[in-house]
Amino acid sequence: MSVSATLATLAPFVAEGPSEISSVTRDANWFLTNAWIIPLIPAISFFIILFFGKRLPKKGAEVGIAAVGLAFILAIATGVSWMDHRDNFDGELSESPSVIAHGDDAHDESHADASDGEEPDTHEAAAHAEEGDSEEAHPYVAVQNSVPWFQSGGIEFSAGVLVDGLSVMMLFVVTLISLLVHVYSTDYVGGDRRYTHYFAFLSLFTASMLFFVLSDNILQMIVGWELVGVCSFALIGHWWEEKPNSDAALKAFLTNRVGDIGLLIGMITLFFAAGGGQTFDTLAINNAINQGGVSHTALVVAAACLMAAVASKSGQFVLHTWLPDAMAGPTPVSALIHAATMVVAGIFMVARLYPVFFEGMSIGGSSINLLSTIGAVTLVFAGLLAFVQTDIKKVLAYSTVSQLGYMAMALGVGAWGAAVFHLFTHAFFKANLFLGSGSVAHAVHSFDMKKDMGGMKKFMPNTYKTFIIGAVALAGVFPLAGFWSKDEILVGTGGWGFFGGTGGNGAYTFHLAMGMIGAALTAAYMTRCIYLTFHGEYRGNDHHDDHAHADDAHDADGAAAPAHAGESHDPHESGPRILWPLYILSGFSLVIGFVNLPPGFFESSKVLSFLPDGWEERFLHFVEPGGASYFPGIGHGTPSWSLAVVSSLIAFGGAGLAYRYYFVKVDGLAKATGQHLTEMPNGPVTTNKWARAGHTVLVEKYYLDHLYTGIIAGATKGPIARAVNWVNQNIIDGAVNTAGETAVMIGKGVYSKIDQGVIEGVVNGSGRISDATGEELRHINSGKVQNYAAIMFAGAALLAGAFIIILAL
Amino acid sequence: MDTLDTNNWLLTALVFAPLAGALLMVLIPEKEEEAQKQWAIFTSLVTLGLGVWLLFDFDYDQAGALQYFVDKDWIEVIGAGYTMGVDGMSLPLIALTVFVMPLVFIYSWNHIPNPGNAKAFLMLMLILETGMIGTFVAQDLILFFVFFEIVLLPMFFMIAVWGGEDRRYASLKFFLYTLFGSALMLLSFLALFFLTTDPATGEHTFNMLVLSENAGDGIVRSTQLLIFGGMFVGFGVKVPMFPFHTWLPDAHTQAPTQGSVILAAVLLKLGAYGFIRIAIPMLPEAAEAWAPWIGLLAVIGIIYGALGCLAQTDMKRLIAFSSVAHMGFVMLGISTLTDFGINAAIYGMVAHGLITGMLFFVAGAVKERYHTLEIDRLGGMLLQAPKLGWILGFTVMASLGLPGLAGFWGEFPAILSAYNPAAGLAEETFRGYMVVAAIGTVLAAGYLLWLLQRTAMGEPSEEFANDPEITDVTVIEWIAWTPFLVLILVFGIAPGLIFDITDPAVVESLRGCLETGCEAARTAAEAAGG
Repeated sequence: MSVSATLATLAPFVAEGPSEISSVTRDANWFLTNAWIIPLIPAISFFIILFFGKRLPKKGAEVGIAAVGLAFILAIATGVSWMDHRDNFDGELSESPSVIAHGDDAHDESHADASDGEEPDTHEAAAHAEEGDSEEAHPYVAVQNSVPWFQSGGIEFSAGVLVDGLSVMMLFVVTLISLLVHVYSTDYVGGDRRYTHYFAFLSLFTASMLFFVLSDNILQMIVGWELVGVCSFALIGHWWEEKPNSDAALKAFLTNRVGDIGLLIGMITLFFAAGGGQTFDTLAINNAINQGGVSHTALVVAAACLMAAVASKSGQFVLHTWLPDAMAGPTPVSALIHAATMVVAGIFMVARLYPVFFEGMSIGGSSINLLSTIGAVTLVFAGLLAFVQTDIKKVLAYSTVSQLGYMAMALGVGAWGAAVFHLFTHAFFKANLFLGSGSVAHAVHSFDMKKDMGGMKKFMPNTYKTFIIGAVALAGVFPLAGFWSKDEILVGTGGWGFFGGTGGNGAYTFHLAMGMIGAALTAAYMTRCIYLTFHGEYRGNDHHDDHAHADDAHDADGAAAPAHAGESHDPHESGPRILWPLYILSGFSLVIGFVNLPPGFFESSKVLSFLPDGWEERFLHFVEPGGASYFPGIGHGTPSWSLAVVSSLIAFGGAGLAYRYYFVKVDGLAKATGQHLTEMPNGPVTTNKWARAGHTVLVEKYYLDHLYTGIIAGATKGPIARAVNWVNQNIIDGAVNTAGETAVMIGKGVYSKIDQGVIEGVVNGSGRISDATGEELRHINSGKVQNYAAIMFAGAALLAGAFIIILAL
Repeated sequence: MDTLDTNNWLLTALVFAPLAGALLMVLIPEKEEEAQKQWAIFTSLVTLGLGVWLLFDFDYDQAGALQYFVDKDWIEVIGAGYTMGVDGMSLPLIALTVFVMPLVFIYSWNHIPNPGNAKAFLMLMLILETGMIGTFVAQDLILFFVFFEIVLLPMFFMIAVWGGEDRRYASLKFFLYTLFGSALMLLSFLALFFLTTDPATGEHTFNMLVLSENAGDGIVRSTQLLIFGGMFVGFGVKVPMFPFHTWLPDAHTQAPTQGSVILAAVLLKLGAYGFIRIAIPMLPEAAEAWAPWIGLLAVIGIIYGALGCLAQTDMKRLIAFSSVAHMGFVMLGISTLTDFGINAAIYGMVAHGLITGMLFFVAGAVKERYHTLEIDRLGGMLLQAPKLGWILGFTVMASLGLPGLAGFWGEFPAILSAYNPAAGLAEETFRGYMVVAAIGTVLAAGYLLWLLQRTAMGEPSEEFANDPEITDVTVIEWIAWTPFLVLILVFGIAPGLIFDITDPAVVESLRGCLETGCEAARTAAEAAGG
């Protein structure tokens, strides 16, 4: 929304109470009501590639690219339609099922309101009317379109699409990055033995992700959530011939399943507590919570359970451990799934169900809560882990975890817009960095920065430039994308109490501090990464012939033709299908931050004050459902120059320290001695025992993998499972056999004179079977089939006779 | 309850068509195996045709009523009637049966297990089909019991004659264990008979409609509990519920592929069907008292079955054990005594039938190619038989309850229903079960993916690396399997295909005391009467 500079400075805390009417309509243009087509296209593409891909000239890649390209065009059209709809909507509002009554008359009231025909949202309109803007501000009305799905318990459940700013933003991000990744992959995995299958799964993933972001109910969200998970599983394990890859895939899936316990229980709780056991509709649930009709305890439980799901999907402590391992998959997959889109599903879910978290975690007005704290801890702890990685993709993976921590923290402190904006910018620069790392790895056939890279700047100047842009954007340097979104998050913590107030939803000072530390860490580890990859001397040729590891990695990534292996040659720049996606993404990384300039930016920058205020906060205006009935009334922090300057200085400080260590000390010593150095031989880790201990803890990844894989999973599938099996065989089945044997004993004792053959054969069977029975059966086998039916019917007749006799008694 | 009796010859035809086919098979000379197979396929296709007719002719607007209702005298001396009918609860299970059987016969085209003798084998399966369909349409307790028991014999012989190395032990265990349960069940039926009178005639009755209508009225509570207990054991063994499950892994492992598929697809459903068709509607008050215990055993089964799976070294035995866990979800849904839960249970039965049936087909294919099912010796199936490997992957995903595939709609709604069990049941207890069941889904993913990793991924072991016998999926296999795979997907996307049919019937079967809680219903009745 466009809050004017004056308004923002005068009223640091603008509480926007949710209106009571339903903010949903079916009355919108074709693109908005038919958005379901967007996921359908790649879904169809999946089946086409799966069944016919191998017979096509480009092995299915062309189908995938065409489908995602079409989806991208539709996503743009939907986005443009949404902007128009957002600014000019004055159509009919829909009624149920988006608002349900909770024992009060909320439904009737809202119904009455909606049918009044009056401007439904006058308060909101007033709050957001721009000064000097003659046009009437329009309410934020989502577009929902659904069809019946199934019935249970006499209730009809529907499936549908929900289009609002959040979902059109995701449509744009997912289709754009997916398209670029498709193009990039045609070169990167070209010649792979499962090339067609790879593209099929890219299509399936794209379809699932689009399905997920368009879901209009929580049941569909669960479906989409799991489907993206299974695509992730299949693509991480793409090279399943090697066990580490399939292990990583299993780990990803199972860790996410652990989080899914929370997802299932949380969603079930919402269904009953907020949906009244009647509806899964997301907006209905949000509306009900905003109207205050839902038990706080239930929301606490639901929010805490969903938190577990967020932790697993979006890599938050302590369920993040699968994400770095997921780098076993092809690099474009890491860029698409494990950086830009799937891993933000958790963040998206929180954003979508924000009232649940806002109420359940008591975000407004408090200074600490579970979501914000997990986010803050994640962002710092993962940032630290990025320092001890030698694999370039793992640096980026931990960086992703850390940035997801920023997003979770932002949601936790009530900075919804900042979180979603960071999700948006991060998608571009992190995809940029991942694809850049892939470009390098494609050239050197390895991901090991210390052994096989160094000095890549001179071999790959274009990759280098784009990588630098991505890294600077990630580090949050003015005026690249990351600066704006990270700054907004820091503003959103509202904790700048010492240097003049800001505002927002509480005083999250601790989180501000963690955010600042994170900024320093991010800049520092990216500096390290750039040095190790692109600067210094190239270390690859030294051992290329005899060093098996490099070839392993090359095979593992399937990146280049085998002819390259073993040859000692200089790496070279990648081709256009790899570079163009990098150019496009780095272009976005440069400028995308400007779509959400902070309010009052032009005014207070003096220089730019001639520009219209309407150009500020465009992202927020179109994306945040401020004032909509399904969105909580959150406040917005006031941006402050001092905060931006301090956080920038901190980031520069982090980068500077790393620069001094790598670019000056290590590089200097390397040049002086002529050695290939990646660390100082007498650095603190070798000289100081505390530093060494800290280093070990980081290298061991806080020992979490030992706990999960070694202790928990190991015990479950080892001793515990074996113990259960032992109990099954010896105690439960033992009892059955003992009963059988006892029966045999009794049988022999009492009925020994009566028809030996039948009784013994039958009774013995419980324990040990007499040879006689076996012989009898063999006898049957050996040919007398005619007898066979006779025996069977005799048996049946006996049985029937027995019943009748019993009954006659 | 309303009944419709148009076209009511259809059920009789449906039930006895396979039996007639089996009898006519006697006429085909023993040598002509091909003719026998053709005849068996033909018979099962005729049955399928009748079933499809039933599906199209069924009045879905009245899915809560018994349709094609037949009520004729049968054994007058004991008051047993020839009573049959179909409603939304039994229709999906009948459809499952008539649909699975032709595919099993097609698969048998070149898969008659040792020691051969196709004629007997096929006849047994046809008789089995009659028993299974009959159980789902019977509306008289004695008729139900007879069909329920008819199923036993053919399966016993299938395991005992065409089974694996340990077939004699497994088959007799299967037979005796189930018979033991049946004995208690029969006692319960008799007790119901003697303690209830048909208000219309004033006589004792086995008519299930009347007994459900009566809903245990006039039977002392403690007696109700005992009667329900008898049924509980009878049906529980068949399901199988923990701790009555130990016959299952042995039977499954030793049975020939066809036997395993039929066991998993249909036979295991008979017990759960008994609960929702007989035990609960006829004795709602006892059901309410037993429900927490059923729920407890169900969730123990979920965890226990999953842990048991993790310990298995034999692929087929692992799949068999997984049935214990999956049927745990079905029983959890039933134990909530809610419409949601029972709908989920029926969905779960159909989904489990398709998915686990398919898994057993894959296991059979592995055995045929590798001559072993030892997981440690397998590996790299995706390289040697890629399509088979992918089918395994797909089915494993369905089995672990992936949304978008059929398994999810049995699992998730069952967990969901435990949040809010029927009035009169303790919410805290069932919410505890809900959490345990949700944990079970993690373990399920664990054992299934681990199985996939060890058998399908990686490189083939040296032992089989150059084995020419390891070929990909054959044409016959494709014909038999494709419908399974398609339906797993279709039922995953369109849950309404089953829920919309079962829901009215389930709501109908739960009306009365279960909606409000028995205590409340009784108080209301007393208030009204007094």
